[in-house]
Amino acid sequence: MSEALTMAPPRGGLLRRFSDVLVRRHGFYLALLLLPPLLWLGIVYLGALFALLAQSLFSIDEFSGTIVHEPSLKTYGELLVPANLDIIARTITVAAIVTALAAIIAFPIAYYAARYARGRVKALFYVAVMMPLWSSYLVKVYAWKLLLAKEGAIGWFMNGVGLSGLLDAWLAAPVIGGPSLSVSYTGMVLVFLYLWIPFMVLPVQAALERVPVSLIEASGDLGASPGQTFRKVIFPLAAPGLVAGSIFTFSLTLGDYIVPQIVGPSSLILGQVVYAQQGLAGNIPLAAAFSVVPILIMGLFLTVAKRAGAFDAL
Amino acid sequence: MSPPLPRSLEIMSHPVPTPSPVAAVSFRGVERHFGAVKAVDGVDLDIAPGEFFAMLGPSGSGKTTCLRLIAGFEQPTDGHISIFGDAVAGVPAYRRPVNTVFQDYALFPHMNVVENVCYGLMIRGVAKAERLRLGREALALVKLSGLETRKPGQLSGGQRQRVALARALVVRPKVLLLDEPLGALDLKLREDMQGELKALQRALGLTFVFVTHDQGEALSMADRVAVFNEGRIVQVGDPVEIYERPRTRFVADFVGSSNVIEPAVTKAWTGQARPASLRPEKIGLLAEGEAAPDGALVVPGRVLQVLYHGAVNRVELVTDEGSRLLAAIPAASAATPLQGAAVRAVFGRQALHLMESA
Repeated sequence: MSEALTMAPPRGGLLRRFSDVLVRRHGFYLALLLLPPLLWLGIVYLGALFALLAQSLFSIDEFSGTIVHEPSLKTYGELLVPANLDIIARTITVAAIVTALAAIIAFPIAYYAARYARGRVKALFYVAVMMPLWSSYLVKVYAWKLLLAKEGAIGWFMNGVGLSGLLDAWLAAPVIGGPSLSVSYTGMVLVFLYLWIPFMVLPVQAALERVPVSLIEASGDLGASPGQTFRKVIFPLAAPGLVAGSIFTFSLTLGDYIVPQIVGPSSLILGQVVYAQQGLAGNIPLAAAFSVVPILIMGLFLTVAKRAGAFDAL
Repeated sequence: MSPPLPRSLEIMSHPVPTPSPVAAVSFRGVERHFGAVKAVDGVDLDIAPGEFFAMLGPSGSGKTTCLRLIAGFEQPTDGHISIFGDAVAGVPAYRRPVNTVFQDYALFPHMNVVENVCYGLMIRGVAKAERLRLGREALALVKLSGLETRKPGQLSGGQRQRVALARALVVRPKVLLLDEPLGALDLKLREDMQGELKALQRALGLTFVFVTHDQGEALSMADRVAVFNEGRIVQVGDPVEIYERPRTRFVADFVGSSNVIEPAVTKAWTGQARPASLRPEKIGLLAEGEAAPDGALVVPGRVLQVLYHGAVNRVELVTDEGSRLLAAIPAASAATPLQGAAVRAVFGRQALHLMESA
């Protein structure tokens, strides 16, 4: 028979035979593809997370200062003392404000980039949004400290344009004010906003980019004004991007301990407490319990977002 | 007595428009330029109320741009457009009495079927109960009842197309615009939908403006066809006119298949030096020794190849003077020749349609 002639004879080589196996056995191929990242996630990431959860169930002996390795909810009880609740509330407020402001500032930029920018302008957009991420985090924070200081650039500018009264009035306000911008919540929020804005712009832009022009035209065709089209079509379809961006800005703010140390008032933020408890105080269980708080908050946030229909478009 | 319309059709129907001198859509000297490209280059057009009007042409011929000009997604660079007598210059899409069925259907992915269909009613502030009632009716009209709560992603292409149709019809447009609505469907479904769309248009008495590059679709569905090429309308007429009497070489070529006879050859046959169109099905083959009918033209030639098409055999000939002819011979006919055979092609003089020289 001539059957053998119609097919190329199997050629040798271990590598070739290996690729043959990969092509034939899809499951094996997928396993090979996913095993390394899954191992990494499973052991290093989830392992650390569960170790943390386990730690939070231990408690510290007040007299000896040693860790009691018996599971209890004693440490979580400590979380609920007024001083600690205060820290949690303060942190959530700051993170929520940063997230809301980031969404408000990022949306128009992302909208412009997704719907109007083309070619060169679009490339410029990516560079402009990403550039702040290229330099060191600490350099940026210290630069902001100088900008925000009493004799800093912002104060100098406001003085120059005759608006120093406005700045003083802002600083005189309770809670958001302070002796200078660099030791006020306003300053802290500004720095967070600057640091995290790329993490909001990019997901929102990606979501908007996936909205076909024909949907916007169809909405107008059916009688919707541009405002109605925005509310009923564009915004709901951008919502998953906004949620993704919010997860970044919110959780990054919840966990940060460097910015509040350099800029802002002396009251502690969650990240600083975790840092202090596991370091100087040696109270690992309480640090772990504090770390569980952002996880719970993010879970709650996602549940609310899902209920509100933010993922309907996915 | 004619059988009464189904209830849903009655409700959807517009009052039958009294014959009016006012065109449903009228173009006067309309141009649309994109930079140096003249996508629409001086179009005059009148679409009558209640007409099923097809805009036919190859891609880039300006037909879709014309549709978008009616919808209001584009504004003309020059010229005037009116819809039922009202000039629509500067009127945005959301304030025009026309609705569009988009080529990609453009269903809102975050809404289910009935929410999609009711979108226009919601925008108009129709109360929810009334909205749902009208939406269900529109879905029944396009035979899609029972799928109200599905998301567009869970529908087949044909179903999505029906949702898009229901969504556009439920707001009772004065003119329905359809942008290649059948383009993404497979052949069988496309043929079914052609019949359904035509029946729907008749029942509703609505003006349909239909863009397509498929000449078969245009001929079978439309009351009148405008053939577009390079931003201009080359010919407007009813399907028979377009097919039987193409005005130019382009129309003859684009609409169906045709033998375009060069002026020199036509001159030898008829004495008039103009290009002519000769449809393949008008050509017969004479059997050995058979006499030609009175007044028929007989052209001797040789068979290049025979292609079997089911209902017909397409016979490619080269005539003795060297031009090519395509003849469609019914497959049942005994006259189908073999490749290389010497044959005599025969056709009536009236089958040879003289066209404009350009």
